[in-house]
Parts: sequence; C-alpha cells; structure tokens
Amino acid sequence: MTDVLSQYSVLALYSAMAIYAIAFVLFTLDLAGVLPKFPKLARIAMSLTVLGWILEVSADVMRGIAAARVPWANMYEFAMTGTSVMVGVFLLVNIKWDLRFLGAFMTGFVLLLLGLAATRYYVEVVPLPPALQSYWLVIHVFVATLATGFFALGFALSLTQLLQASRESAVENKTKTRLGFLSRLPDSVTLENYAYRIIIIGFVLWTFTLIAGAIWAEKAWGRYWGWDTKEVWTFIIWTIYAGYIHARSTRGWRGSRSAWLAIVGFSAVMFNFTVVNIFFKGLHAYSGL
Amino acid sequence: MRTLSRPSDHYDSDARVVNPTLGVVGWLRWFWRQLTSMRTALLLLLLLAIAAVPGSLFPQRSSDPNGVTQYFRDHADTAPTLDKFQLFDVYSSVWFSAIYLLLFISLIGCVIPRTKHHIVALRTPPPATPANLSRLPAFVSATLKGVTAEEVLESARKALKGQRYRVVRYDRDGAITVSAERGYARETGNLIFHFALVGVLITVGFGSGFGFAGQRVIVEGQAFTNTLLAYDSFNPGRFFQASTLVPYTITLDKFTAKYEETNKQAIGQPVDFTADVTTQMKGEAPQQTTIKVNDPLRIGGTDVYLLGNGYAPQVTIRNAKGEVIFTDIIPFLPQDKNLTSLGVVKIPDGLAKQIGLIGFFYPTVSQGHSGASFSIYPDTIDPQLTFDAYQGDLGLDAGVPRSVYALDTGNMTKIAGRNSPNGALEMRPGETVQLPNGLGSVTFDGVKRFASLDIHRDPTQGWVLFFALASLGGLLISLFIPRRRMWVSVTQKTKGSVTVECAGLARGDDPTLEGAVAALEQSIERDLGLTRD
Repeated sequence: MTDVLSQYSVLALYSAMAIYAIAFVLFTLDLAGVLPKFPKLARIAMSLTVLGWILEVSADVMRGIAAARVPWANMYEFAMTGTSVMVGVFLLVNIKWDLRFLGAFMTGFVLLLLGLAATRYYVEVVPLPPALQSYWLVIHVFVATLATGFFALGFALSLTQLLQASRESAVENKTKTRLGFLSRLPDSVTLENYAYRIIIIGFVLWTFTLIAGAIWAEKAWGRYWGWDTKEVWTFIIWTIYAGYIHARSTRGWRGSRSAWLAIVGFSAVMFNFTVVNIFFKGLHAYSGL
Repeated sequence: MRTLSRPSDHYDSDARVVNPTLGVVGWLRWFWRQLTSMRTALLLLLLLAIAAVPGSLFPQRSSDPNGVTQYFRDHADTAPTLDKFQLFDVYSSVWFSAIYLLLFISLIGCVIPRTKHHIVALRTPPPATPANLSRLPAFVSATLKGVTAEEVLESARKALKGQRYRVVRYDRDGAITVSAERGYARETGNLIFHFALVGVLITVGFGSGFGFAGQRVIVEGQAFTNTLLAYDSFNPGRFFQASTLVPYTITLDKFTAKYEETNKQAIGQPVDFTADVTTQMKGEAPQQTTIKVNDPLRIGGTDVYLLGNGYAPQVTIRNAKGEVIFTDIIPFLPQDKNLTSLGVVKIPDGLAKQIGLIGFFYPTVSQGHSGASFSIYPDTIDPQLTFDAYQGDLGLDAGVPRSVYALDTGNMTKIAGRNSPNGALEMRPGETVQLPNGLGSVTFDGVKRFASLDIHRDPTQGWVLFFALASLGGLLISLFIPRRRMWVSVTQKTKGSVTVECAGLARGDDPTLEGAVAALEQSIERDLGLTRD
C-alpha cells in the first residue's frame, strides 16, 4: 500500500512538472508579447497552472497518506509541499489581482525547485524519528511553508517593481530600454503596494513560525531558544523583513531600496531552506535530508 | 494629519531640516534625534541581521562547545584570533550586544513620545471637516432628491457609528457635516508590538539568570533525588539559589526503545523512546508516569526532558582468589546510530596492580574485514562486551579530577586488546573471562538501559511567551486594521434636492479606502430608501 501510493505520488508529481513546464513556456511567450495573434495565451497557461497544481497537491497528499503523517519531514517533501503552497498562494492572490504576468516566474521557479528535489533529494518513505513526533511539526513547519509562499510572491513582485522602475526612468529620460515588454504591466508604485501587502502577510506568518518553533524547541530540546543555525537564520530572515517594513516608512528608502530588501529577504529564505539544511551543522539537521 | 508623533524622517512627517542649536544640550538633542530616527533604526536592524550571520558559520560555545574544541584543533593558527573577536560567542559578544542595545534604545526613544501623542489623540475628537472635500484622496458626491439635509446627515452618522467610527458634528455656512475617525487600534497595536519586543528582551536577558540546567544519567532501577549533588553536570543562572530546588525523586522503572523493523529503507531507525518513571514529591504518594522525547515531565517547578539513552553493562571483577572486588552497572556512551558504545572501568584497589579497562559494547555485534567489531542494529539481538585491559598507574592518586568516561593510558601498559598478544576480552551476557597475568576475572552479568535526563528550570519563560504572543497580536492589529478619517458634508440645494459629499483619508497603507468611501455613500442612499436614476 505504502509503496504503491508513493509511486503514484511520484507519477503525479512528474505529471505536474510536465504541465508546469508547458504553462511556463506559454507564460513566457505571453510576457514577451511575441505572439500578438494569440491573446489567450496567458489564460491557457493559467488553466494549465491550476491543473498542474491539482496534480501536485494530490502527489503531496498521496505521499502523506503513504507515510501516514504530514508530507513535510525531509527535503524532498519540503520542496513538494513548499512549491504547492507557493503556487497555491499565487493562484489565490490571482482571484483578487491579475498577477498573471508573474506566471512565468512562479512556474519556472517552482519547476527548478521540484527538479532539484526530485533528482537530488528523493528519499523513500521512512518513519518519523521521535524528535519529530509532535503536533508542532504540523503547525510550525506548515506555517513556515505558508510564509515562504507569500515571501516568494512578494519577491517576484519586488523584482518586477525594480525592473519596472528602471523602465519608467528610462522612459522619463528618453533613453533606450530593453524592458519595453513591461509597459503592459502595472506601474512600479502599484507593484510596490502589491508586494508590501503580500509580504506583511508573510511577515506575520513568519513571526508565528518563530514563536511556534520556540515553543516546540522548549518541549523537545528543553530550551526555547539556543541559537541553533536554523534558529539563527529564522531570526535573520525576520530581521530583514522587519527592516523591509520599516524601510517602506522611511523617507529615501521607499521604492527601489525597500524592494532590494524584499529580494535579500527571500534570498535568505531560500538559503535557509537549501544551504543551511544541507551544509550547516545543527539540531535541525536530522529533519533535512 | 499631525496627530501622531513620528521620527522626522518618517515618510509621512514634515520634511523639515533640523539644525542643531549650538551647545552641549543642542548636540545631545541632535544625537538623540539621530539615534531615534527611522534611518538609524533601519540601519541597526540590518546590522543586527548581518551580525547574526557569523554565529551560523562558526561553532558557538553556547550551542556546540565540542565544535569549538574541534575548531581550535583543526585551525590552531586562526582560532585564537577569531576568539579575540568573540566569534565563538557571537550572541553574547560586545559588538552583537552593542547593536541590539542601541536598537532597543532607539526603539524606546521612538515609541515613548508616540505613546504620549497617542494617548492625547485617543481623547481628542476628530478634527473639523476640511473646506474642500474633493481634494482628499478618496471622494464621491451625489445629488439626492426628496430628502432633507438633516435626514441625510443623520443617516451618515448612523452608518459611521455602525462601523465603529468616532463621530463629531461640525456645521458651517450652508453645509452641515460630520467628521469621523476610526482605527486608533492600528497605532495601539503598533505600540504594543514594540513594547512587547522590549518585554521579550528584558525577560530573556534577566529571566534566564534565575533558573538552571542540569544533566543526570539514570540506569533502569536507579533513582535520582533533585539535589545539587545528584547532578552529573549543573549550570546555574547568575541569580540561582540552591534552596529553590524542590527535593523530589524520580526512579527510572523501565526504558523502552522501539526501532523500525519492517520498512526496508529505515531498518533500525528509532521510532519511539519511552521512559517509565515513578516520581515522588516529599511527603506525598509516589506516582507513575512517562517521559518521552517531545513530552517532558513537569515536576516541582522544573521540566525533565528525555534527551538521550544508551546501554549500561553490569560488570563484576574478581581477584585471583575469586573474591568480588568490584561490581557495578556502568553507562557506556553511544558512538553511532547502532549504539556501539564506549565505557571505562577503573580498578584502583583489590588487584595486584591498578587496572583500567576500556570497553566497547555492541548491542548486535558484527565483524568487518579488518577484524574490527561494530554494531549493526541498535537493539540487543546479539550483544557483546569487549575490553582492552591496561595495567599501571590510573593517575587517581594525584588529586587531579578525572572523567569517568576517559582513561589516561599514558602511564599504563596494554595487557589485553587488539594489537596485543592476549587479544581483547570478549564476553556475551553471563560469560566470564580471565584477566591476563593471573590477576583475576571479569564477568559480564547483563545489560540495562540508561536514560539521560536534562532537568531545567526557567521561571520566566512563561513571560517570554506572553510578550512574544503580545507582539504577534500587536503586529496583526497594526498591519491589518485601517486607520482612517471620513467626512460627510450635506448642502441643501434649491428645489428640494441636497448634495452629499463623502471623503476619506487614510494613515498608512490602506488599500480599501476608496471602496469604503463609495460604500458609505451607497449605504446612506439605501438607508433613506432612495434608488439611483
């Protein structure tokens, strides 16, 4: 049963990746505006993303059922759940604002992460070690993953904001720019407002992650904070995003400078998820690979 | 909208250039204003993030003391220099402390005047309605027929009250108006967030000083009484007093470890550790309970954690005449995931010579090509105990403290073991082997489990949690409750029609302001039973 389900899970994941790949190509063509005769490209790509997402979530759920626990106890499972959440957040926010122009980035980024996870970090289903047998695994890790989803979208928005700001200043100064394709996108101020609203949700979730992690650490390791490498990086990320939120209120830092902080923040999130998990020594290590 | 006090470089505040007046007070004031400015706070925040990084690159004495020792061994040339810059104690270092202390001073310096202003703002009625509402960021107007100006204004007042606005009426020539404000909680939440962070810092900083952390290894069947002497290691906080220890007793009745047996990918991986214990408070009846990983025992103001376990072989040593001169259950330290365990037995008296034994215990023994033994499974399927024996000076008489887990073989000769003609002493449970040179015999009576317990007391950690949750609550309020002002102005026109104007102004980020203003105007029309033509 376990074997069959986990094999179906892998199959569903690879199918999801194939569909994301097609969506990525269509999103990119739409963004580049090279096929003006096909105005529905983004819409088709969006539908494919929804389909890919449903497949990925089922892959994730099957993995969880196969393991008889939440599907986020090692790198492979983190990647699968984390990217599901990223795409989920992207689709959810699209109900409110039209952010299809980020589709190429989101599907491309998710594909990259899934590709790495499936080829380099795939592990068979194994039981949870005693240290991870806690309902805090469900709460702490899931909320951290959710925060990562919002930070990813915020990163994409901030990056687009920077490019857009660069195009806008080129237009103002009447200099040449290769970013002409961005003219159909919202202006940099709108993008900044979107990014801010998404990132503050991520920040609240991250604050909760930090507190929930401390509560769990107290139960499992006997101290709520011990500057373990993962704790250090969670703190660093929190501080960077706290900086981002303050930067938006500081004259001279609003706009592009604060956008850079959002980008540095998400880079730290990715560093924490990859390099810290794989190469750094610490108490969180056994939950890594 | 100057009802809030913000640092001078807050994007919402006046862009005045502040020139210091000459003199010491002037300069101090200038310095204080710099320290409490947004730019400085931001800089310190980012500096704090950067300063935290080295603590993840270098092993820290607080979390990984063995790593530090190892680092000194591996990088003997650079380690002392790094140590001079406190890179092995980053989070208690002068430079790290300086950054966060400055940050918190800056924070307090910013938040206190804001609190004063906020208290005043809470008592101040909303300001008079501006003359020209159409210049505000959100504005709608409509002409209504068949209603009086008073009816419209009353309807607006009701709608705003219903949305928990604070409403004040201002009339002026030709127009009757209301001015309304809501969302004071946004600033309240913001202040709570910042004060709660100060609370976290203070409780973390001082609180831990009142507690302690201690370790104790107990073998099945043994008991531990919570007194200072009973700990194997004990780290008190600065203000700790031994009289606060509650003298309870914990007896380890049984330790159970379960390992994965069916999943081929994870054979031997631990799936459960349970310590069955009997606890007894002084003068009370004993109680049976369990301690598990992730499920500590809370007793007598302390928390008891199960952080490790291993095997403790029982060994009996007899002299040449067959008299028992030593019998004990000795905890062996696990060396790998299959619990190959290392332990030491020291026999200073009773035999012809001082004897030291370095032992390996293998719960399920196997032999590699080189002839070296190792354990292939963590449970006791095929247990074996082996000893290398040394004879000579144990060094116990010199008065130097020696670890019970290490044997200094500097002044000793190997009389049994690998690379010695006699070979190692190998025993299955119940077996006896002779020591070389007719010294006596060693018996492996059997093996028990031990649990390694961490016992902590941190009387302020509840407060840390309280402040952390308060900061989370404050954060939620300050980011998601909109602070806005609304104005409704009603003008009586000729021919029985009135003009109603609604306008809104937000403080901070408020994506739904325009929608709220439009909704207000519509709710007035609905309330008066009007429909749009």
